[in-house]
Amino acid sequence: MKLVRLVLAVLRLWRNWPEAEAREPRIVAEGKPDRRAELAVLGLLAAASICGVAFIAVYALDRLPRQTQLLGLSLGLTFVFVAAALIVVGRRLVPYEELEEHYPEPAHPEEQEDVVRIVDESGSRFTRKRLLKLAAAGTGGVVATALVTPAVSLGPVFDTDRLYRTPWHRGRRLVDEAGRPYLAAAIETDTFYTAYPEDAPRDDLAAPLVVVRLDPGKLRLPAGRDGWAPRGILAYSKTCTHAACAIALYRTPLFEPTSPRPALVCPCHYSTFDPATGGTVLFGPAGRPLPQLPLAIDDAGHLRAGGGFSGPIGPSWWGVRERKRV
Amino acid sequence: MIRKAVAYLDSRAGAAPLLKKALRYVFPDHWSFLLGEVALYSFVILVGTGIYLTLFFDPSTAKTVYNGSYAPLQGARVSEAYKSVVDLSLERKAGLLMRQTHHWAANVFIAAIVLHLIRVFFTGAFRKPRDLIYYAGLGMLMLALLEGFLGYSLADDLLSGMGLAIAYSVAMSFPFFGANLALLVWGDPFPGDAAFWPRMYIGHVLLLPVLIGGLLALHLGLLVARHHTQFRQERETERRVVGLPTFPGYVPRTLGLASGVAGLLFLLGGLVQINPIWLWGPYEVSQGTNGAQPDWYLGWLIGGLRLMPGFDVTIGDYTLVPNAFWAGAGFPLFVFLVLLLWPWLERKATGDHAVHNLLDRPRDAPWRTAIGVGLLTWVFLVFFFGTADRLYVYFGASYTTQLWVYRVLVWVLPVAAGAVAYRVCNELRAGERVARERKRAEEEAPYIIGT
Amino acid sequence: MSRAVLIGALAALVLALPAAADPPRPGVYTDAGSSSAAGTPRGLAAEGYALYGANCATCHGSAGAGIVAPSKARGSGETPRFGPPLRGVGARAADFYLRTGYMPLESPRDQPSRSRVLFTDRQIRALVAYVASLGGGPPVPRPHPERGSLSEGLKAFTEHCAGCHQVVAEGGIVTGARVPPLEQATAVQIAEAVRIGPYLMPRFSRRQLSDAELDSIVRYVQYAKHPHDEGGWAIGHLGPFPEGMVTWLIGGTLLVGLCLVIGRRAHR
Repeated sequence: MKLVRLVLAVLRLWRNWPEAEAREPRIVAEGKPDRRAELAVLGLLAAASICGVAFIAVYALDRLPRQTQLLGLSLGLTFVFVAAALIVVGRRLVPYEELEEHYPEPAHPEEQEDVVRIVDESGSRFTRKRLLKLAAAGTGGVVATALVTPAVSLGPVFDTDRLYRTPWHRGRRLVDEAGRPYLAAAIETDTFYTAYPEDAPRDDLAAPLVVVRLDPGKLRLPAGRDGWAPRGILAYSKTCTHAACAIALYRTPLFEPTSPRPALVCPCHYSTFDPATGGTVLFGPAGRPLPQLPLAIDDAGHLRAGGGFSGPIGPSWWGVRERKRV
Repeated sequence: MIRKAVAYLDSRAGAAPLLKKALRYVFPDHWSFLLGEVALYSFVILVGTGIYLTLFFDPSTAKTVYNGSYAPLQGARVSEAYKSVVDLSLERKAGLLMRQTHHWAANVFIAAIVLHLIRVFFTGAFRKPRDLIYYAGLGMLMLALLEGFLGYSLADDLLSGMGLAIAYSVAMSFPFFGANLALLVWGDPFPGDAAFWPRMYIGHVLLLPVLIGGLLALHLGLLVARHHTQFRQERETERRVVGLPTFPGYVPRTLGLASGVAGLLFLLGGLVQINPIWLWGPYEVSQGTNGAQPDWYLGWLIGGLRLMPGFDVTIGDYTLVPNAFWAGAGFPLFVFLVLLLWPWLERKATGDHAVHNLLDRPRDAPWRTAIGVGLLTWVFLVFFFGTADRLYVYFGASYTTQLWVYRVLVWVLPVAAGAVAYRVCNELRAGERVARERKRAEEEAPYIIGT
Repeated sequence: MSRAVLIGALAALVLALPAAADPPRPGVYTDAGSSSAAGTPRGLAAEGYALYGANCATCHGSAGAGIVAPSKARGSGETPRFGPPLRGVGARAADFYLRTGYMPLESPRDQPSRSRVLFTDRQIRALVAYVASLGGGPPVPRPHPERGSLSEGLKAFTEHCAGCHQVVAEGGIVTGARVPPLEQATAVQIAEAVRIGPYLMPRFSRRQLSDAELDSIVRYVQYAKHPHDEGGWAIGHLGPFPEGMVTWLIGGTLLVGLCLVIGRRAHR
């Protein structure tokens, strides 16, 4: 019996047979059936299902070439077909109605007034209102501050001195990527070397150096840096003073008369520093020269730090002393 | 079936009146009203794919040795975070699809928000009584930028590491408290202490999404309470809203849109490679790659950072404001400040405190349109300068020359574009006036001739 | 649309147009060498001598002496011609500059860049033989990328090269110059460039990068031409820049289009 009723219902839907009994006036607007659109929806749903099955099949199959692409294609198309089916339903199969409705009241003056009165009247027993309000606000502020205080544990918020810290101090050897100390004699011109402090962590903006060698006769280092560049070998912090990217570019002309001069360049915003003049800014947004590390050559011919940097390394901050030796 | 379900809900929750109202809630119909929905559905995809990714990601900077299937990284010293993302991408079935879809969804999410914001701004949809909705939207945009940046940073590849170094520098550059702020967030000078990665992670997967979700609820709740704006047409007035009912008219359309967004994002996720971190390699503070860029929605910051002339504000050797502040923080904060203040500024300037349910066409408010076009041009030019290095590589247009051209254009073009927009609006309105008068004259003409 | 593809196509078109217009290019004189005895290196060098005199000597001086300080009096109004000496640079440098099309250069102040090779293979061999005969110098290297290791290559490339050439060797910029993408660089050319340091590039000696490391770098650069693009369409291996373009040009366009299909477009 139930089955018969179901079949009838389906047939009625399918054929759009009118219901037997008369009905109340409709709520939803009427519209003509569109059997072609229905067919299209069926087709699109079938296509979506096929794509969905394909997605599962692609997922299940091992060692498929370009599996990510096939997965994306099948899943993406599944949704595209579902979208198309829904759009056909929305545009062609459901009745098109335009309803009208009033915007909500822009304001409710009576209720507003009532709210104000409720608040006012609730406080009618208080005599020293201002004092109490002040006390409440003060307490609120104290409680809020107390609750926020543990956030200070997040970091050494007041210890900005640690921003000056570097692993470089007099006597520390310069080593390469593999930890081998650099020999001064091995440093050549027209190329650059990345150096790290021996026996110190490298995950530190102050650790990496860029080392280059120039003709000592062409150096114009600032006053007070005599002997910082033995045999023309110069070491600078590899961290840009603008935004802390690694100075990973060394521009070194093969034939100087027709080319720009040697320079250290940052690959993020192209700040450009002159190694011959103590790391002064030649171009780009950096506001501070690249800190130079004085070098010394020990008896074994190895490169060592001759002291601390000429200035603070890395990005600047409010209060940093540009010329503070670190 | 339906009858039973409705009866059940009604008897348990008294929901029938609400249901009836909801089914016949009116949605004004215009294509530009769907842009916000695109953002909404992108967000849904982001949450879905994001949850999947959390099941594989390891937010740890502990070092390990890569020994997976990707030959160029064999034996490399990488962080657990980086390794887990590479493994998810190359070893897990459908892992890369989900990751790439997530990343594309983030890009599309913010693009859709920006388009939606442009629509809202130029049509005056932010005016009373919808300014709160607008503020919630701007809040979501700001959070989304941060959320996207955190996601980009978590992978700990060469590009994201460089991006984090720049973010650290920008944090450091804030006047007065920059160094304290950076130390607080990073827990130590860059690259920060071991807790920094878990912090970014919980921010990315919980704090920011929940905040965005909260603002989203506020945004939509207020929208329902104040109802949607509409363009002025025959039947639409300030007091009467006209449109499709939720059911049956709107539901298939909006679900169709949702499906379409999902389809596009999965297609992009499967077919177009995004952020192949196995190619970038892991990050070390001593390494960099040429022309590093953030995702597009932070491109305006890198353009600005490159465009700035090189100076720190100093007194003697005491630094006040480092260079990175201007473009990295001051510029975006200024733009958002203008956008946040705009509804108030406009009320002050025009003295218009009325309720507006009908939208302006851009021409209806020439000053607003002109200033909006100017602001947009300004931001876009700074954004576009971020491509100058690539244009040099491809076309040979000298970077230095481009830099100077942009430094001029960035101030000249916005003013010019604003002036042109103002002129165009007025011309269009004048044209309409003429057409209206002619029409009226033509209607009256027979009588004139007749008399 | 991948920016790299689009721009590459445009650039190729722009470059191809003038090149196609005049097959015998100005500045290259190829009528020399017909009388020399071909085949023997000596004969080849003699053939190169004539080519050198016709094409190179204006900048590099006679017999590769170089012109380091141009006299301004000479050739008023004309670009002063000067160039580095070639004695001792050897076959390696000559081979690199000629086979990449870096030389001859229109103006001595231009950045040499990869362009259409102006000499025939035989002429190049002749010039290389001649330059080599000027005074020793290293021979054309023979890299063995198959002996190198990809992972060592990526590591060394990231440390020494990626700052300029970008980590997938897509090229970049340095202040004042372009850094070429390495898509067209052959194994030999990579090995040559690393040891020569053309234009503004650093020069890496054997002491800094051993031949084994160089083999790994060459192997990695060859790999980077067609890396493992598991994610699909590679859009140039440049990261966020082309990704943003896809977001807006493909994603944005399609989604606005979808909104236009679903929502009402015009007023009633």
